[in-house]
Amino acid sequence: MLDLQKYSCLGSALRDALDRFSGETCLIEADREREKTRLTYSDFKEISLPLARALEDADFDAGDRAAILMTNQSKWLISAYAIFYSGGVLVPLDYKLTAVEQLQLLEHSKAKVVVVEYHLWRAIMHSPEFHNIKTKLVLVTEAPLGADLAGGFRWEDFKRKGAPDFVMRQREDVACIVYSSGTGGRPKGCVLTHENYLEQCRALTAWYPFWPGVRYLSILPTNHAIDFMVGFIGPFVCGACVVHLRTLRPEFVRDAFVRYRITYVSLVPMIVKNLERGLRAKFDELPGWRRAILNRLIGVNKLLTRSRARVKVSRTLLPQVHRAFGGELLALITGGAFMEPSTMQFFYDLGIPVVNGYGLTEAGTALTLNDLKPFRADTVGKPLPGVELRVLSPNEEGIGEIAARSKTVMSHYLDDAELTLETIVEGWLLTGDLGRFDTSGHLQLFGRKKNMIVTEGGKNIYPEDIETVFDGLPVKEYCVFAVNYVWPQKELGREMLFIALRLEQNQRFDSALLQEIGNRNRKLPDFKRVGGYLVWEKDFPRTASMKIKRLGLAEEIGKTVERGAVVGL
Amino acid sequence: MQTAEQTLDEILNLAAAHFNVAREKLSPDDDFFKTLGVDSLQTLDMLTKLENYFGVELPDYELQGVSDFRTLAGKIQARL
Repeated sequence: MLDLQKYSCLGSALRDALDRFSGETCLIEADREREKTRLTYSDFKEISLPLARALEDADFDAGDRAAILMTNQSKWLISAYAIFYSGGVLVPLDYKLTAVEQLQLLEHSKAKVVVVEYHLWRAIMHSPEFHNIKTKLVLVTEAPLGADLAGGFRWEDFKRKGAPDFVMRQREDVACIVYSSGTGGRPKGCVLTHENYLEQCRALTAWYPFWPGVRYLSILPTNHAIDFMVGFIGPFVCGACVVHLRTLRPEFVRDAFVRYRITYVSLVPMIVKNLERGLRAKFDELPGWRRAILNRLIGVNKLLTRSRARVKVSRTLLPQVHRAFGGELLALITGGAFMEPSTMQFFYDLGIPVVNGYGLTEAGTALTLNDLKPFRADTVGKPLPGVELRVLSPNEEGIGEIAARSKTVMSHYLDDAELTLETIVEGWLLTGDLGRFDTSGHLQLFGRKKNMIVTEGGKNIYPEDIETVFDGLPVKEYCVFAVNYVWPQKELGREMLFIALRLEQNQRFDSALLQEIGNRNRKLPDFKRVGGYLVWEKDFPRTASMKIKRLGLAEEIGKTVERGAVVGL
Repeated sequence: MQTAEQTLDEILNLAAAHFNVAREKLSPDDDFFKTLGVDSLQTLDMLTKLENYFGVELPDYELQGVSDFRTLAGKIQARL
């Protein structure tokens, strides 16, 4: 791999990688069973430089911001490289947000350019807020010929001949603005520098290196910090290959493992659990004697991998299981949300290590990672090289808020000095997560200090951001909370939002109100929906400016009733 | 070509068979995540069966946010 210490920016590291690994395959893109694209590093360079040149000709300058709003595909990475080559700042946006939310973030980020897939652009064009868009240059991928793009250009045609000038950036310059959440209320744009990414990449590849021949299956959205690092920067600076799928249906994902002999993949817990369910169902179908043999072999594998993973031994013992994953899988990487230890153990016992970690967008990608020496399903691993972690004000059990200091911690929140001051205190990033270290230096997580949930799909949901959907609900007042915020748990998982309702005098909670809540709830994407309600008998405490005192109300509710008082929706 | 109502009816039959629930327990405006108690990945498995049955392909983005049978039927009908 490249020696990243020598580089001052992502653009120069990627530029050297394209030359150094020119003959290696860097990208494969498949749509169901059809392979659409296969590019070498040399091909990648040939496609991206004309785009960089066209950006240059369109007055896209150093420090200008360009958003990408796309599902995982080759044009995402090609566009990102062209942006870095031109000295730009990349703003990866979440394609799963609504068009209105995407417009809000485009405005907040002040992106001069947006690269967007046609179906997403179509939704944005039809949004009532569309007329407010200030983005100057819109590049639309995969638009049908002759389609109305409202002034946008077809990405495929946006290229110019001639070598573009490479624009060098310094380590302290901004590389990306990544929104960790907060679309509805207060956008949290994490400003990450080139140094943040280069150091994160160094730390991750020190423990889990890539090399030419490695095939990484990119499933988590590339706008997410994890895939951006391990599905783009990491593999590219090591000459590895990234595989994109245009559909994430489980059967095509399973097929891709085999077809492309995948080496690594990052998955959210929901997908890992789905794979576990599928395997368990297959095991249950086996005749009794075969099941007994399988159980015996799994037992032998457990014994042999107790102190460390031995993938080759596991593949020999359990060849059919490993063949189902392509036969070359080294590990499943998981992060972004709570993963049940039993699921991780299930895969590890089959000889497929699940690399669990802990991180947040504000800290680059990961702060801790399991090094598998030995495998531990009950922790999120040890701090990565260069990461310092502290437990603040630990209680008698050693549990307290985790604070992090590292070269990977973001510079600040975009245009939010107040939030930055609250979050980064004397150089330490306050994570809002509760944890402690065990005697072997592994971090164990024990819940959250903040009012938020992380879904099984790895999404951060802040209750404040979804309350607007309940605007005008016929009650006196309401407030949305994370259940674990009101009734702190010493564990993660089973996270849910609920709505606390204060009814009008003489108002009764009836089926009409229940239906109204349900109707509004259904307007939210499924992962953002409120899971229960609680009717509260007192007025909510408010500040002098009449804002609800969330913490005060949460404490009051938490002290008065048990979490079982929340009625499921 | 079959009508939208026929498409919807066939989808409900297929979903009932796929998830092994009584057909009469499903109605067009049901939220299938809630009614069937399934997660989004299990729903995707059902969608593939529907695609094969109707001979259409629905890109993932077309299905984003779709959670009831009627809307799903509309998406399929548009491609028949």
